[in-house]
Amino acid sequence: SRELFVLTYGALVAQLCKDYEKDEDVNTCLDRMGYGIGIRLIEDFLARSAVKKCRSYSETADMIAQVAFKMYLGVTPSVSCSSAAGNEFSLILDKNPLVDFVEELPAERASLCYCNLLCGVIRGALEMVHLSAEVTFLQDKLKGDAVTEIGIVFLKNTEDKKHKRN
Amino acid sequence: VGHAVLAINGAEVNGRLTADGKDIMEFLGNPANYPVSIRFGRHRLSSNEKLMLASMFHSLFAIGSQLSPELGSSGIEMLETDTFKLHCFQTLTGIKFVVLADPKQTGIDSLLRKIYEIYSDFALKNPFYSLEMPIRCELFDQNLKLALEVAEKAGSFGPGS
Repeated sequence: SRELFVLTYGALVAQLCKDYEKDEDVNTCLDRMGYGIGIRLIEDFLARSAVKKCRSYSETADMIAQVAFKMYLGVTPSVSCSSAAGNEFSLILDKNPLVDFVEELPAERASLCYCNLLCGVIRGALEMVHLSAEVTFLQDKLKGDAVTEIGIVFLKNTEDKKHKRN
Repeated sequence: VGHAVLAINGAEVNGRLTADGKDIMEFLGNPANYPVSIRFGRHRLSSNEKLMLASMFHSLFAIGSQLSPELGSSGIEMLETDTFKLHCFQTLTGIKFVVLADPKQTGIDSLLRKIYEIYSDFALKNPFYSLEMPIRCELFDQNLKLALEVAEKAGSFGPGS
């Protein structure tokens, strides 16, 4: 059933490519879909993993890589912190099941972020636990880079005292 | 006191009338209808009442966590009265699950976690359910009922809400 999922994802991207001429539009669409998934998936993740609240951005990044990715995609990216401020992280995937059947991007789709759905998912999930972040692909094996790297930049916390949910 | 007639002879009542449209007081006043079995219980809350009470509770919860003498308090987890216990479980996303149960009922913590799982499975994964709206998903209701039955049997017998 993993194969079916990967094939379904591929069909989705292919259809979006037919629907939209510009790569940016496809990327935006994937990100938005991912966001819709992320805001719901987070509850499933929290319910099943019963993890405690993360006390730092670094813990959060580790949680995403080691628990969430493992749970949903069966892979564990490695995490590295890429800023002195401690709010920028990179997830390096050397195995990405979503691209199992993709060799390379077609010439006319050079700036397509094939797995942009994942960025949306992470962004949506983080937002539901009151962390706003920018999630983008920094490197992409499909574009010829050595590895696939997802960058997460934690932005200033969206919650303020008045609307604190806890 | 505070209880209402819920059913007569096994059939649920409809306001002041029985299931087949007779006035309850008349029915009970006629000895020809005896023996009759009457089920009493607390009045079931309407959806609006539930929403109102839930928002009130949400504010109390927030106040509670601010007033707490302990730093980093997570809010109200349990409210105990003579007639019932209110258990609240808050997720990391801020969603609160509230269960009202008999004071003697045990196993509510695991019930709350089970409800969280049921919510994430049958409400959230339903593509037609919009977040923050009342949940009207058949599968959610079915599984919730099952979980409540299991919890009721496991703990001591008592009504749940």
